[in-house]
Amino acid sequence: MSELLELTVAEAATRIRAVELSREEYFDAWRSAAAGDELNAYLWRAEGPTVESDGPLEGIPVAVKDLFCTEGIPTTAGSRMLERHRPLYTATAVRRLTEAGAELLGKTNMDEFAMGSSNENSAYGPVRNPHDRERVPGGSSGGSAAVVAGNLAPCAIGTDTGGSIRQPAALCGIVGLKPTYGAISRYGMIAFASSLDQCGPLTRDVTDAALLLEAMQGGDPCDSTSVGIEGGIRAPRGEDLKGLRFAVPAGLARDAMEPGVRAVFEATLKRIEDLGGELAEAPLPHAEHGISAYYVIAPAEASSNLARYDGVRYGKRVEPEGDVVEMYEATRAAGFGDEVKRRIMLGTYALSSGYYDAYYGRAQRVRTKIAADFAAAFAEFDFVVTPTSPSVAFGLGEKTDDPLAMYMNDFFTVPMSLAGIPAISIPAGTAAPEGGGPELPVGFQIAAPALAEQRLLDAAYVLEQSLDG
Amino acid sequence: MIERAQVLHVARLARLRLSEAEVEKMAGELSGILEHVDRIGELELDDVAPTSHVVELENVLRPDQPRPSWPRDAVLDQAPDAADGAFRVPSPQAE
Repeated sequence: MSELLELTVAEAATRIRAVELSREEYFDAWRSAAAGDELNAYLWRAEGPTVESDGPLEGIPVAVKDLFCTEGIPTTAGSRMLERHRPLYTATAVRRLTEAGAELLGKTNMDEFAMGSSNENSAYGPVRNPHDRERVPGGSSGGSAAVVAGNLAPCAIGTDTGGSIRQPAALCGIVGLKPTYGAISRYGMIAFASSLDQCGPLTRDVTDAALLLEAMQGGDPCDSTSVGIEGGIRAPRGEDLKGLRFAVPAGLARDAMEPGVRAVFEATLKRIEDLGGELAEAPLPHAEHGISAYYVIAPAEASSNLARYDGVRYGKRVEPEGDVVEMYEATRAAGFGDEVKRRIMLGTYALSSGYYDAYYGRAQRVRTKIAADFAAAFAEFDFVVTPTSPSVAFGLGEKTDDPLAMYMNDFFTVPMSLAGIPAISIPAGTAAPEGGGPELPVGFQIAAPALAEQRLLDAAYVLEQSLDG
Repeated sequence: MIERAQVLHVARLARLRLSEAEVEKMAGELSGILEHVDRIGELELDDVAPTSHVVELENVLRPDQPRPSWPRDAVLDQAPDAADGAFRVPSPQAE
């Protein structure tokens, strides 16, 4: 492997700015690496640098989840519905990265319309985990996690609706940050569940995650829910965790975790104490209902958002034999995959007359309770910690026949999404899968109050330095 | 338990054409998922306000200034079928 590929984003950016490294040479090294993709992680790759602008990310190639619109460049959302789609505009998050000097390296594979936890729902085939190619990389930002972990990109961005950045980051052994809802504009990010979707970085380390977050965050007139992070984000720093209070959810479903994941989690808690952090249990009684609320709210919003794929304005159309309604139905039957159909059906059912109050109304009330649980915890604690995923990477095909088992992957990540708060997954060690075999990465999740990203990154940095050492 | 007739009704609402095999499979899968979701039915939630959005925002306003939109030809180039400067669709009433 070229020595250049071993640099972190922060290191490479420093060298490029000091003119010790040419941006052309650096881009070429990564373009060659990306060309050797054997993980099915890329759906499109750049032939050369596209824009030349200087800034803190000058000359840094970035891999972008194929959910972000990129002007004139194929953007499929992992769906047959958008097979030949070339957007007319570029997402704000991507534009901000290129304005900061970054170069688009490629578009990454993903679960169709960001619905999935294994990347097996892509219409373009599953992504493989770089640590074991017979296992999944997680999802839905599986391609973005795999390219960073597999040395096919120095950094990537993805989106997280219920864990889609954090879970694949954990399963691939890298850092994944879901910022506060509203920290980064959603403009040009193809919508799945608009009240939950949030863009964020997938990187080798916490410092690089901070760099990308700072470049992307900020309010945007094109997304009235975007607020940015006041004061911005600087490089994370810190020596210890003294004076910081970490909450473990009381009654945390330790039996929901694989034994290996549990062992790494317990060891990481010990490490927090060794670093001077205080640990205690906090009641988060409604967090366990997160999956139920999420799998009503997200499909309900999706069923509405995906109504736009009707074969009229862009994307696929199946020419019908009958009237316009038959055209809609035939187009959607052919354009959507099984999981997307399942979620549209679930969401439409939950919103339909007679079931709205029992499902959507109740789920929104559970969401209130979960947000209130976190607010109560943060009155006493700085952070809430959990494992990121109940298991290490599972085998391809292992959970495809059981949607509910697949949804349970999101057990620890969904509550933070419902509360709109930031959460990061950092690599905390490795563990053997339950069925035996070589050890695989385990992620540790840290959540913080809304817009407390700087504090979150500082704590994650201290823990990362300690775990690395 | 979701019945076959409900699956067909919801599919019609969602403008999704399902094959016979998909209808059968969907009935079982949706039932399984909703059985899990039904656990929130046990919670006491009567006095709880629903949350549709986590960012507390009201009436975000921007200056009402005209700005150029995308060129019509470029937009229509994306369409599966366009004619006379418009999107073309099959007739709402089939012959």
